[in-house]
Amino acid sequence: MSAQAKKYSGQPLKRIEDPRLIKGIGTYTDDLRLPGLLHVAFVRSPHAHARVTSIDTSVAKAIKGVVAVLTGADVNEKCGVVPCAAAIPDLKLPKHTVLAGDRVYFVGHPVVVVVADDAYAARDGVDAVEVEYDPLPVVVNPEEAIKPGATLTHPDLGTNVAFTHNVNGGTDIDEAFRRADRVIKQRVYHQRLTPMPIEPRAVVASYHAGEGTMSIWSSTQVPHYLRTLLPGMIGVAENKLRIVAPEVGGGFGAKLNVYAEEALCGHLAMRLGAPVKWAESRRENATSTIHGRDQIGYYEVAVKNDGTILGLKARTIADLGSYCQLLTPAVPTLTGLVLTGCYRIPAVKMEIVGVYTHKMATDAYRGAGRPEATYLIERLMDLVAKELGLDRVDLRLKHFPAPTEFPFGTACGVTYDSGNYQGALEKARQLADWKALMSERTAARKSGRLFGVGVSTYVEICAIGPSAAMPAGGWEWGCVRVEISGKVTAITGTSPHGQGQETSFAQIVADQLGVSIEDVVVMHGDTAVAHYGRDTYGSRATVIGGTALVMCTDKIIAKAKIFAAHLLKVAPDQVAFADGQFSAPGAEKTLSLAAIAGEAYVAKNLPPGLEPGLEASSFFEIPNFTFPFGTHIVAVEIDRETGQVAIQKYVAVDDCGPQINPLLVEGQVQGGIAHSIGQALFEQTVYDENGQLLTGEFMDYAMPRATDIPEYILGHTVTPSPTNPLGIKGVGEAGTIGATPAVANAVIDALESLGVTHLDMPLTPERVWRAIHQRTVATV
Amino acid sequence: MSIPVRITINGTLRQFDLDPRMLLVHLLRDACTLTGTHVGCETGICGACTVLLDGSAVKSCTMFAVQADGAEVTTIEGLAKNGDLHPVQQGFWERHGLQCGYCTPGMIMTSVQLLSRNAKPSREEIAHGLAGNLCRCTGYSHIIDAVQYAAGMGGAR
Repeated sequence: MSAQAKKYSGQPLKRIEDPRLIKGIGTYTDDLRLPGLLHVAFVRSPHAHARVTSIDTSVAKAIKGVVAVLTGADVNEKCGVVPCAAAIPDLKLPKHTVLAGDRVYFVGHPVVVVVADDAYAARDGVDAVEVEYDPLPVVVNPEEAIKPGATLTHPDLGTNVAFTHNVNGGTDIDEAFRRADRVIKQRVYHQRLTPMPIEPRAVVASYHAGEGTMSIWSSTQVPHYLRTLLPGMIGVAENKLRIVAPEVGGGFGAKLNVYAEEALCGHLAMRLGAPVKWAESRRENATSTIHGRDQIGYYEVAVKNDGTILGLKARTIADLGSYCQLLTPAVPTLTGLVLTGCYRIPAVKMEIVGVYTHKMATDAYRGAGRPEATYLIERLMDLVAKELGLDRVDLRLKHFPAPTEFPFGTACGVTYDSGNYQGALEKARQLADWKALMSERTAARKSGRLFGVGVSTYVEICAIGPSAAMPAGGWEWGCVRVEISGKVTAITGTSPHGQGQETSFAQIVADQLGVSIEDVVVMHGDTAVAHYGRDTYGSRATVIGGTALVMCTDKIIAKAKIFAAHLLKVAPDQVAFADGQFSAPGAEKTLSLAAIAGEAYVAKNLPPGLEPGLEASSFFEIPNFTFPFGTHIVAVEIDRETGQVAIQKYVAVDDCGPQINPLLVEGQVQGGIAHSIGQALFEQTVYDENGQLLTGEFMDYAMPRATDIPEYILGHTVTPSPTNPLGIKGVGEAGTIGATPAVANAVIDALESLGVTHLDMPLTPERVWRAIHQRTVATV
Repeated sequence: MSIPVRITINGTLRQFDLDPRMLLVHLLRDACTLTGTHVGCETGICGACTVLLDGSAVKSCTMFAVQADGAEVTTIEGLAKNGDLHPVQQGFWERHGLQCGYCTPGMIMTSVQLLSRNAKPSREEIAHGLAGNLCRCTGYSHIIDAVQYAAGMGGAR
């Protein structure tokens, strides 16, 4: 990394990508208009489990504008199965065809695809298809599903258990529990959630028969994953397949997948000889795009009476839904990696059982595995403090490793890169005016108000991830080219969809090369431009992708120095580079990067042995995950009559290392906290006992609105990561991970006087009211 | 059956013969290629499809295009004048009021209506005014900042 002055990095610059978006002239997938475009719509199962006894497509085919009506029998042999890339030993996988075969396994399972020359005709076609079903017994409760004799989700698998994953780490767990003064137990249900990006999924596919090439535009976070995995499904070779993720209207993990509809659109474009488009409806998004979380956990903590935690035992039942999507079984195993949170807990034993049920697949939703772990350990810390009569903050402080102890190896088998958990906690207490807040809590309670304060100190796993931890590489690729004009083009293999890396990467590259940020263009999301990449998820893009670009600029500067030495007639080691200028002692002039680029491409005066051009590409392999951390403090007041929770104060201190663009960091943190508030207070994906989805629209799935959000008081500390030259850690999921337990702990603290020690989320007015009411009645 | 309809869209009078079931959002997006108006939920909840109809913010996904006969419709594309951003657009840019940008056109159109009715809204009034528009990225705080910024610039224009 060059010793350039940082002109842009660290500045809260407004975003380069915004003008097109605020003018409404950005191009999302559904905005694409291709000549001869056909429109795709799906007939989906209304049953959670049924045998398909007949399909009559004749009426649909006769509708004006309908071009094709195809069933599983027509397409499943032509399209490979929907892939699961999680490397879990002995994983039992059902065959996941693009359309249902003779059975359906969840409400929303696609059964028939209709193609028409306009979107209205396609939906008319869907309405006209007659499918007859013979409903079969349904299993929706994963705890029931693992009992002997339970209804089987996939009868041919012979079991509902997809896998069992064990984490055994640190010192002897049985010894820890023998030494304990007490064992504190809690069952925790981490509810099912629907990611709900405001843009549903959309796919456009166009086959170029002459060249045998295919272009697919998809509202995806992972164009490069699609380019790797779709060839096996649709038979177009990787190097004949171009994937474009244009503007993508939010992902949150929902678009970190390879979906049946993406393959099927590719197949249809080939089969019908015309470009096709599918734009998902919101109801389809709710039924047939992945869900998140859904873990039931039984936890036991072994403690000494002084609060010392000796060990943690956990049994988690993860509801996978009916199929494994791309990373479905891997998500709960991430929980096992960070179960001990910020704390020194010497012994850990965890069993994770992945279970099939007749629901949509779960997979990575913002945080993916880490919010589950953080929520659990932070609830448990409060439960331990309460049980032992200790101060919950002191209990946390007691178990923090000291800043000097990093890198810190945990009983879960990972090594935290760097940290100062005490510093973040202290800063959060300052910002919250902790003493005053606790006095307010005491005074409020004296007057009979339900006022609570919640604390969460969290650590998360970001920069996912080192290749050793990933199914197919965790590196990132970048390319930087100084054009003949001196303009700089930076190409990243990450695939931003709202995070703002067109800006933050331009800040990094402009600083590295000492050029004006106006001269830098960042390109992404098109595999014809960004040849390789591992895309955007797991708070990885800025850390790994940003570093790949830094490596490129280092190579460019090294090459440019050779050019400069040649032109200035000095030895290369005499050339210095600062602020975009190459100079040497005694040389008559300095040379700009643009001047050298001109020479490099005109190529009439090349240094001996040097290639023309000024371009470099790099793959960055990160040596470890990064581990951002922080403290969130929340004060809430509950309306005793309605059970409504009002957030009175929200303080978050997050440490993601040095910030490239503090404005974007703030946006990520605030947005993440909103997801958490949604999870803690409102959101739950609900299936009834028949496997019917009851939260299939925004009407029923309650996401936070502008009126549900507090004013955020945000702060940060800066602890650089040693894993990368920028020292950064990633921040995309921090809010979602840190905030949920803070809000939940605050609500439960507010109900402390009523004897409430735990409530499962979401803490809706109804649930809170019932808790108040039952306790009040019980104590009268 | 098609119905003749005259709608002024972003200042230009347009005539159409419309299938009566066509939604206003599809007329704008497909017939007029004004794709800045987005579809998020098809049920009038999320507000990504919000446009101004005779100055009032409406959700174009739950309105038939024929119902707009004789009206003036302003979409996000019609907001900037002579290349100058509307103060609300400027506010969203200055205050990082957007991330993925999908809800943004609807948020901006609703904000324009809000400021036309209340030139100096409090944060609470802004939140209330935007409660019919969902954003999943920003956590809303920067959106409220953006509207306050626009109010400070003279807001409604």
